[in-house]
Amino acid sequence: MNETLAQISDLAFEAALAGYVVALVCYAVELASRRGVDATPTEAASAALRAGRGGTSTITRTGEGRDGTGAEAIGLIPAAPVASWGVRFGRAAVVVTVVAVVANVLSIITRGMSVGRLPLGNMYEFTSVICAAATICWLIVLAKTGARTMGVFVMLPVVILACVAGTVLYVPAAPVVPALNSYWKWIHVTTVALSSSVLMVSGAASVLYLLRGRYERRLPAGAVVTASTGAGPAGSGSPQSAGAPGAAGSLSARLPSLPTLDRIAYRTAIVAFPVYTFAVMAGALWAEVAWGRYWGWDPKETCAFVTWVIYASYLHARSTAGWRGRPAAWISVVGFASILFNLFVINMVVSGLHSYAGLN
Amino acid sequence: MTVRDSVHPSDTELDGPSASPGVVGRQGPPRRLLAAGRNIWRQLTSMRTALILLFLLALASLPGALLPQWSLNASKTAQYLVDHPTLGPWLDRLGFFEVFASPWYAAIYLALFLSLIGCVLPRSLAFVGQLRMDPVPTPRNLQRLPHHHRAQAAGTPQEVAGRIGAGLRGWRVVQRTETVGADVDGEHPAGATIVTISAEKGYLREVGNLVFHLSLLGLLVAVAVGKMVGYEGSVIVNAGSQFCSTSPASYDNFRPGLLVDGTDMAPFCVDVKSFDAQYTDQGEAIAFTAAIRYQAGQDTGTDRWQDGQLQVNDPLRMSGERLYLLGHGFTPKFRITYPDGTVRDYSQPFAPAANDPNFTSQGAVKVTDPPGVTGDEIRKRQLAIVGIFAPTALVHAGIMTSSFPAADDPGVAVDVYRGDLGMEGGRSQSVFSIDNDQVAKGALVKQARKNLMVGESITLDDRTRITFTGYTQWVSLQTSFDPAQVWALVFAVLLLTGLMTSLVIKRRRVWFRLAPAGPAAAVDGAVTPEPGGARGGAPDRTVVDVGGLARTDQAGYGEEFGTLAALPDHVGGH
Repeated sequence: MNETLAQISDLAFEAALAGYVVALVCYAVELASRRGVDATPTEAASAALRAGRGGTSTITRTGEGRDGTGAEAIGLIPAAPVASWGVRFGRAAVVVTVVAVVANVLSIITRGMSVGRLPLGNMYEFTSVICAAATICWLIVLAKTGARTMGVFVMLPVVILACVAGTVLYVPAAPVVPALNSYWKWIHVTTVALSSSVLMVSGAASVLYLLRGRYERRLPAGAVVTASTGAGPAGSGSPQSAGAPGAAGSLSARLPSLPTLDRIAYRTAIVAFPVYTFAVMAGALWAEVAWGRYWGWDPKETCAFVTWVIYASYLHARSTAGWRGRPAAWISVVGFASILFNLFVINMVVSGLHSYAGLN
Repeated sequence: MTVRDSVHPSDTELDGPSASPGVVGRQGPPRRLLAAGRNIWRQLTSMRTALILLFLLALASLPGALLPQWSLNASKTAQYLVDHPTLGPWLDRLGFFEVFASPWYAAIYLALFLSLIGCVLPRSLAFVGQLRMDPVPTPRNLQRLPHHHRAQAAGTPQEVAGRIGAGLRGWRVVQRTETVGADVDGEHPAGATIVTISAEKGYLREVGNLVFHLSLLGLLVAVAVGKMVGYEGSVIVNAGSQFCSTSPASYDNFRPGLLVDGTDMAPFCVDVKSFDAQYTDQGEAIAFTAAIRYQAGQDTGTDRWQDGQLQVNDPLRMSGERLYLLGHGFTPKFRITYPDGTVRDYSQPFAPAANDPNFTSQGAVKVTDPPGVTGDEIRKRQLAIVGIFAPTALVHAGIMTSSFPAADDPGVAVDVYRGDLGMEGGRSQSVFSIDNDQVAKGALVKQARKNLMVGESITLDDRTRITFTGYTQWVSLQTSFDPAQVWALVFAVLLLTGLMTSLVIKRRRVWFRLAPAGPAAAVDGAVTPEPGGARGGAPDRTVVDVGGLARTDQAGYGEEFGTLAALPDHVGGH
């Protein structure tokens, strides 16, 4: 036990938590500022339609506006902007995210060094690793797709988890009980943390898919057909109906396009699913060593099985005619819920062999 | 996992209902039955049914996690039944407290696996057929494919084909030639020989897919076999004592598989020499170790012993059976000096209180046959020592608790009862407590209450003296036998391999059509500048049409297709 390192770890975690909150706010400002991102084909189509009809355009990309002056009043940002304020907040959000995740990783490493083991011995450490892994996964997705407006929806669960970890779940650095001291345990918990965090990004993408889909269904029929099928340029459409989308819809308009969201959800899911499968197997191997049987329908095992079945359904649904798109996204959201349920509710509420996770 | 997509015949759900009515109307009952059977089979093996069954499976598993289960925690389940007098019995009757052994759960997974077999077997056959066939001929109009590219390359079609073939390593390639009948499209002169190349790759994806699904079947069988012929038994053994596994009766608790009758158990003996628990200064456990010696197989019953060690997370693996250290506790020892001068020693394992890190333990020592008394007198003179054992006793205001889990300063706080323990009534009693009904009836009367440290004693009114003499430790051992678990592991590994293969490998098709460049092609404008090429030398230039089709996961083919489209130029072109 090294007290100094443990203190550094705690400080770094606090820094990371603060960073996540700031990043969340910045992403939210960008999302709310209306001119944060490039118009997706759908938006372009929609905007073109509206412009053509002489109506108000919701997706204008003028360089300066109300937001600029608003931000100036706060006095955060120097004058003479080259990019819109929204974009600036978006970029700042990414930078802050990177800083926060570095702090988070530092916190995890120093924690591990202070106790001389992998820092995955209790729910606090586990949740901290999930936050870091989910954020890193998000940064990778961001680098590949540029879907920055999704940031709010990924960072929101991360911030919540980090808050819960720092308050309810926090335990001081200490060695683990003998029951947890098995190398299968480390493999099991590491892979569970990694796959869960990637599935978290996948789940966020699916939630957005459903939001965005609802928004697009409210748009005039035909205006978004090309974009939702994912191929070809945005083109033909029917005239816009008189009623404009509601307030919730206009926020959804700034989300990435349906094909992008679907691709993010699917890509992350197929990365995470084999890892999750392996994690469950490693758990079974550990159970064989620790409890005398590889599978015993302990509540946690049952829930892991349920989650696995849901994600198997998701992958099947996505390749079945009539189940692609919305139904598949719903399944993915249910899987996401089941992951969170399994990670937290089962450990804290339902008693079973897994309920020793540092909470007594 | 992106399995049973369009390949499966019954996925086109229209064809079942729409095709059958006409057939059924004209045929006799046998045919009709056959048609109905085929329809049911198609429905069952359709992807939609499989998905619904998957959801049902997930849904049906949930009560297993949310409700208490008999097999996991019988006392909690019984408590649930007491707490829910109306709902509970119904849930019990419907099998909600034994979800994974209930008929409806079995029905779901059997239907699911039937559906899986019905899906995977035809697919396997179709796949074998595909492996024998050449890649499909080049489509007439490559421009309609999702990926298309047209360029000119140097050399005759045959030469270009050679270069392309060299670049298509790892693909299944077939080269065909076709002769243009008439100058239909105005691009190729009549009689020109056109070379086409069809290539396909990613067959392993389907292999992985099939391996994944077949491994699921194998895993199910391995689990089922384990449940049939395996067993688990648990027993509490004091340090310094022996335990021999000869029959189910030698265990405190025995959970046999469906085909286990206890006659065919491999015998083994374990001698628990000592148990050692290590703690940090804060009382957190670091390590539990039981030093043992054991004999198994032919050594059993001889005096050949092998030394071993049991630790949490480190079982002893004998031939077939595995022995686990699951828990530990304390066994207080008492010496009773009876009024007639007889001295006897007693000891009884006490159960650690749940959630007490300092191992305050509860239990009862029962003296059913006090010496010097006979007949009905026995049932008036039976003794019970009931109370707690504290490994490191801390007495505050007369109440003893434990302040540390290791036995640094052990003490007991006990009540002594005398009277009828009620053991003859045929009711089973917990070994950790006395029958409180007997106390309520007045048949068992409390004689004394005292806190004792080692060496201290209580003297009852009849001069019976009870001395707390010390303690030993007990370990809770579990024997597990599951001959099929190796197979479960094998299938699990195969399953994972198949899954990863089917997710990583992508099925791709590419076609090349190589035609000698005619004048029309040059005008077309899609000409790759070729610095070294002879200008106007029509015969040694070739128009290359490339078409690409991703059979799974469109995204990501674009870049790869770019490389493929460059093959005619880049390979050997410089």
